[in-house]
Amino acid sequence: MAVPIAYSVKNLLARKMTTILTISGMALVVFVFASILMMAEGLRQTLVETGSPDNVVVIRKGSESEVQSGIEREKAYVIEAFPEIAPSGKGGALSAKEIVVLINLPRRGEEKESHVQVRGIGDHSLELRSQVRIVEGRMPRSGSNEIIAGRQIAERFQGGGLGEAVRFGGREWRIVGVFEAGSTGFSSEIWADADQLMQAFRRQAYSSVIFRLRSRDLLPVVQNRIEMDPRLTLDARQENVYYAQQSEMMANFLRILGISLTVIFSLGAVIGAMITMYAAVSNRTAEIGTLRALGYQQRSILAAFMTESIFLGLSGGIAGLLFASLLQLFTISTVNFQTFSELAFRFTLTPAIFLEALAFSLVMGLAGGILPALRASRMKIIEALRTG
Amino acid sequence: MLLIKLLFKNAFLRHKLRSVLTVLGVTIAILAFGLLRTVITTWYLGVETSSPTRLVTRNNVSIIFPLPLSYREKIRQVEGVKIVSYGSWFGGVYKDKKNFFANFAVEPRSYLELYPEFIVPPDDKEAFLRDRRGFIAGKKLADRFGWKKGDIVTLEGTIYPGKWDFILRGIYRGRDVNVDETQFFFHWDYLNESVLKSKISLSDQVGFYMIGISSPGISAQVSQEIDAMFKNSAAETITETEKAFVQGFIAMSEAIIVAIQLVSLVVILIIMAVVANTMAMTTRERTGEYSILKTLGFGGGVIALLIMGESLLVTLSGCILGIALTYPIAGAFGTYLGTYFPVFSVENETVLLDFIAAVLVAFAAAVIPVRNALKLRVAEGLRRIG
Repeated sequence: MAVPIAYSVKNLLARKMTTILTISGMALVVFVFASILMMAEGLRQTLVETGSPDNVVVIRKGSESEVQSGIEREKAYVIEAFPEIAPSGKGGALSAKEIVVLINLPRRGEEKESHVQVRGIGDHSLELRSQVRIVEGRMPRSGSNEIIAGRQIAERFQGGGLGEAVRFGGREWRIVGVFEAGSTGFSSEIWADADQLMQAFRRQAYSSVIFRLRSRDLLPVVQNRIEMDPRLTLDARQENVYYAQQSEMMANFLRILGISLTVIFSLGAVIGAMITMYAAVSNRTAEIGTLRALGYQQRSILAAFMTESIFLGLSGGIAGLLFASLLQLFTISTVNFQTFSELAFRFTLTPAIFLEALAFSLVMGLAGGILPALRASRMKIIEALRTG
Repeated sequence: MLLIKLLFKNAFLRHKLRSVLTVLGVTIAILAFGLLRTVITTWYLGVETSSPTRLVTRNNVSIIFPLPLSYREKIRQVEGVKIVSYGSWFGGVYKDKKNFFANFAVEPRSYLELYPEFIVPPDDKEAFLRDRRGFIAGKKLADRFGWKKGDIVTLEGTIYPGKWDFILRGIYRGRDVNVDETQFFFHWDYLNESVLKSKISLSDQVGFYMIGISSPGISAQVSQEIDAMFKNSAAETITETEKAFVQGFIAMSEAIIVAIQLVSLVVILIIMAVVANTMAMTTRERTGEYSILKTLGFGGGVIALLIMGESLLVTLSGCILGIALTYPIAGAFGTYLGTYFPVFSVENETVLLDFIAAVLVAFAAAVIPVRNALKLRVAEGLRRIG
């Protein structure tokens, strides 16, 4: 025969102070656990969505990012003539020679500057990035000092909004459009005309060549051709792979931080739950004796106390998740250590994270409750009754 | 005396298991707090170790743009400038990207003069200065890869293409623990010569100038003078103190630092919840005792002292244990996270903060129980013994 669930719940309600303290301890742990997972997920989504598996990025061999890379014009033309490149809707091959540089811009309302990535684009750049669309204003005219800014730049940086202007490379650049690129890294970029940008910075070389493959399985063919051609000391990789590699360090850092924090914190919370449950058991020794005398079996007592502890864990979990879900309103903007450029991403709560956090709180409740519940179930009836 | 004895017995002997668990909980929280604080202080270490008499001049567009070598002579003529050194971020990779460490091409003689905190044995220094392909590495870096003097180390260039061989001529040590011993310096001339052969556009270009000035007081004036000199030229400059330069870098990843700071506050709240819970339970169980003490003529002050004292005793024991554990665990983290944090040492300030946090937690946890105990009416309390 099982002890009624109401018994476990009412016991928690009887000692409000202790229950609230334990639940808030657990809620804080679940909050931290969930928020770190959400941060990592936000970062992952931002970078994975930035690249498309159908696109290929070509940069100089040995360099790790477009900013470090340099591709001379002749080499870029060789690449653009590859037969594996898909045709563009506007005619010609669907490829773009781009140049990427970093500039310093002050954030809005602050003196502090941050590194912003400026991408010099070609005619097909927009067509290659289906995630990017203009939401305000228009595309820049080629051959002009007109630029467009990603949503994150428009909102966060001085002079980044529509109709405003920023100064770099000895020129004034007018912002004629703002583009939305979802949660991708492009949202933290400024786009300008590639040739204008090269002139302004007196650069002779492009940074990268981006193209769409006719079919994904042609990548090895392209890689092999580049490898065999002694003129081309270049490296081709899938665009999504390229962007994932850009943030390996950052993702790793978040992972290590997240795991260490969660392990340490959950130990603390389990201890908190244990203290509460041990106290619950020792306060009720006589009560347990009575229950046993009434005929409840050892495992029913065990189950009753475990239920109580699981309730503690779950309430903590739900409270923690509630606060964590509010974090989705925030965007983190920071510098990627690897590329030195600004990257904005959002806390993202997925169903998987929701379930993981809930499971985690359940496990904390179980781990904290098991020893006290065992003690309760093993009490000798006579002795327990005598303490009363 | 008797009271102190009672305090100890209350704190540790009445509910051994509960005391052990609470102390353990505090230990873990203090440990987490200490580690997080250390992450933050490590982040700001560059700011602390920077010298007020060093200025950095860089291209005002951003650090990826170089400056012409010809600026060197002009900067040298500015009043108050003692030494001008220069260098470039090389960005070489040793075997695998995961082995990241900072590597710079610098003008070696003036650079070492500017950084007296890098201590190189005189013979090694001479050998390094004489060998164009030579390099010096920090002690920690050399230990990490087991490099010995005379070893040839190959880096693959990310910015400057190709494979580059260097010969280890000396290992520098830091003047104190906070000096970064994970850097790699080689001759800027070696880089420039090779670049001359391949790519004209990058030759005779330096990434930054490091400038030594005669006194910290003139830094603003010297900076302005240098920047004014190159205004409206092809490569305009920004000159700032080394400290401001490093701070600028840190400010860019501020969001992460703020997040870590918030989490370290959350840890304190968690300990507070654990200790407050214990105190609430303990004092509830002892309601009868407090009434008896009151009946015997002890004032509210004594009871408040008993509760506060117990809370303090438990928290402080956990705090001391936690601090003791912070050092070895920070050491382990330092080895594991060497890529991110060249130096990972616990600062005295962190220990002080640990103590302050512990005392605050102890008081916060005891406030409500003390209030309840003081409000307690003797007859009511005695009745509850039942």
